[in-house]
Amino acid sequence: MVQPMRPFNVPDDALVDRLRAVVGPDQVLTHPHQLRTYESDGLLQYRQVPAVAVLPGTGAQVQAVVAACAEAGVPWVARGAGSGLSGGALPRGDGVLIVLSRLTRVLEVDLDNGRVCVEPGVTNAAVSAAVAPHYFYPPDPSSQVVCSIGGNVAENSGGAHCFKYGFTTNYVTGLELVLADGEVVTLGGPEPDPAGYDLIGAFVGSEGTLGIATRIWLRVVPVPETVRTLVAFFDSTAQAGQASSDIVHAGVVPAAIEMMDAVTIRAVEEMAHAGYPVGRGAALLVELDGAERECAAQFEEVVAICAAAGSDDVRVGRDDAERALFWRTRKAAFPAMGRVSPNYFVQDGVIPRTRLAEVMGRIEALSQEYGLIVANVFHAGDGNLHPLVCYDGRVEGQAERAEELSGAILAVCLDAGGSITGEHGVGVDKLKYMPKMFGEGDLEAFQRLRCAFDPVGLANPGKVMPTPRLCGEVPGPYKRHPLEIAGLAERF
Amino acid sequence: MEIRPSTMDEAVAAVKELAAGGTPVRPVGAGSRATWGGRDPDGAVALHTGALDRIVEHNPGDFTAVLQAGVPLAAAQEHFARAGQMLAVDPPTFPGPMPSGPERAGGTIGGLLATADSGPARHRFGGMRDLVIGVEVLLSDGTVARAGGKVIKNVAGYDLSKLYTGSYGTLGLVTEVAVRLHPLPGPTATVLGSSDDPHVLAGAALALAKQPLEALCLDIGWPAEGPGRLLLRFAGRTAADRARRIGLAGLDDVHVEEDDEGLWNAQRAAQRDPDGPVLKVPHKPADLGDVLATARSHGLAAVSRAALGLTWVRGGSREIFPRATVLDGAAGVADPWPPADAGALALMRRVKARMDPARIFRPGTFVGGI
Repeated sequence: MVQPMRPFNVPDDALVDRLRAVVGPDQVLTHPHQLRTYESDGLLQYRQVPAVAVLPGTGAQVQAVVAACAEAGVPWVARGAGSGLSGGALPRGDGVLIVLSRLTRVLEVDLDNGRVCVEPGVTNAAVSAAVAPHYFYPPDPSSQVVCSIGGNVAENSGGAHCFKYGFTTNYVTGLELVLADGEVVTLGGPEPDPAGYDLIGAFVGSEGTLGIATRIWLRVVPVPETVRTLVAFFDSTAQAGQASSDIVHAGVVPAAIEMMDAVTIRAVEEMAHAGYPVGRGAALLVELDGAERECAAQFEEVVAICAAAGSDDVRVGRDDAERALFWRTRKAAFPAMGRVSPNYFVQDGVIPRTRLAEVMGRIEALSQEYGLIVANVFHAGDGNLHPLVCYDGRVEGQAERAEELSGAILAVCLDAGGSITGEHGVGVDKLKYMPKMFGEGDLEAFQRLRCAFDPVGLANPGKVMPTPRLCGEVPGPYKRHPLEIAGLAERF
Repeated sequence: MEIRPSTMDEAVAAVKELAAGGTPVRPVGAGSRATWGGRDPDGAVALHTGALDRIVEHNPGDFTAVLQAGVPLAAAQEHFARAGQMLAVDPPTFPGPMPSGPERAGGTIGGLLATADSGPARHRFGGMRDLVIGVEVLLSDGTVARAGGKVIKNVAGYDLSKLYTGSYGTLGLVTEVAVRLHPLPGPTATVLGSSDDPHVLAGAALALAKQPLEALCLDIGWPAEGPGRLLLRFAGRTAADRARRIGLAGLDDVHVEEDDEGLWNAQRAAQRDPDGPVLKVPHKPADLGDVLATARSHGLAAVSRAALGLTWVRGGSREIFPRATVLDGAAGVADPWPPADAGALALMRRVKARMDPARIFRPGTFVGGI
């Protein structure tokens, strides 16, 4: 049963005054010029200026801001660095934007126990820096220099190395949360396996709809003894895909396997000048790390597998500088696409790795059908595709066609048994695809989790869940009605 | 009373009927952890998953599988091993005679998910929560819900797979589980060293945990009396070589065993005791020495996942280890659960109320009387 949302209250002067009292007058923004900074996150297609933006400086201030919104019945959106790619931090015109970029304290570094505790505004790279040189924090989204840990927790961020190391959710051991009613709860901490439901697991990846994390305990791990990287070139993505499968099948768990197609190789070479052979069908970057001896043994095997799968051009990184060049070239893929096309949509679908050749074929066919270039760059190990659907926004109707093509690509991913998003999140961008991936019962269960955390629905409403709806009362213990017992009535 | 559905339709019908009557339900897999989670209310009906025992999918090329809840772990592992693969969890098997047959002593996939049980391989691969990629659950109002999927990377929708992992059957019936698989580890070798000083042993373990060894397992075996030992296991073609290069200064009787399966079976077995109690004690890795010393002062044996900060103590009580959960023998204690943060507990109650609206799934048995 879908009940429509009741309208929210709009921030009024009283709320703004109260927010100013909490965080100080300079940290509450109401002027349109100031607010424009926050009108979108990393996904620029969606823009909305918030009614108010507030920049708390401590966890206690976050709590007071959320409590004020709760009392006023005003919805809010939390924002970290604003680098998200699904519109998850898109503000609401009728709501408060809670900007967490001032909460940048590293609260504790405890290397004896392999833990750090940080505030949500600390950047991903700063966590690794805080535990360097002997430890690091493995999840490494491409935006790691700017993106915040709070945002990583909200999105369950991955990165190029998650095939071996896992995602944010595998590293969070504790959270201090501010719930939408202003309550503060602590889940877990530095120790493993807190008793009770794994609410940390439920919270990570909830895209700001279940509350705001104000303290985050993370596991960090020792820096591997050695790292080895190669780039192999192939005639086709099918060949490179076969090589990735063969590598994994040989029992090797690479730290990263990244693939680029012909369009992408051309674009990155023009930008990065790495000496990549323009015209080749696919480039496969493979990185192994770990214990020196095991790594050396496996690396030889990977080189042999690439050759056997059809690569006549395998380049092994000779030193840190060359390894860095390989990675710089890979990470240039998104910015370099600006040379191919004035605009592009990035998709984030996932497929089972074995369906790669077939799915690439279908994407190629769709690309021709729509008359739009699709460049492919992806995390080949875990089947996370990042098709870049190129278009020219100045040509009327092309943006719409590109969006339709993006949707068709996601449908292909779902058809292959995959997912609509591997690491960017649903946000607002993929709301309309949620019912294609999940059925009514699935969405109902999601809604119940959301209602347990936020029964009024003030936390980032309009994200993740495709159909906003009311929570309804918490059901009490079920009692049969006397009429039912008497057989005079039935429940439907 | 017992119910044993063999199809989802039967399971849905059974749960709806139980909900209508307000009858408490206890999901049961193989019964290999029968006392865990404490006593169920009087009149609780056992809902057996044993007939939901299909391996729905095994995709060797993708290293994934979808299993019905009642699939015995041993059967699943045997199936995966034929493709050179495994589900990278190695919980202990039940140490006593199993009424449902010895092949079910390792429990079912559903029971493994519900209890989040683990073994030494958790050191490398994480726990069940880190390996589950999707679930299908049946809620007390008859709702059938899936979350996650069957690809190893996926952030669409809330991660209910983790919510249900370790929920002890209190949020509904888990009917299907999708998991990530790993290649079988290949040759293994274990380096051992011993000491009768718990702090020396723990110090050696902590020093190893700080190095990027990429070991398969790092355990302590700590008997009720006499010296304990540290075990560090490597896997891969260079396993023996790597084991031999580990120094373990300060420990006695340092040596490498390549035929090491028995050593690790013993570590696993020490996590279980059919007579109970067995306490699972979470702690900071740096506090391991104190935990072992406390166990010794009470004459209790223990095994530890040294780098994780988890110790299983045989015997004792929460008066000795206040943060412990009682596993085996839980039915014999007033409350097997440690106290939880009050705010977290309130939130857990709300999750329970939403997910189990009829409040029939093991009511009153979970943390804080949930």
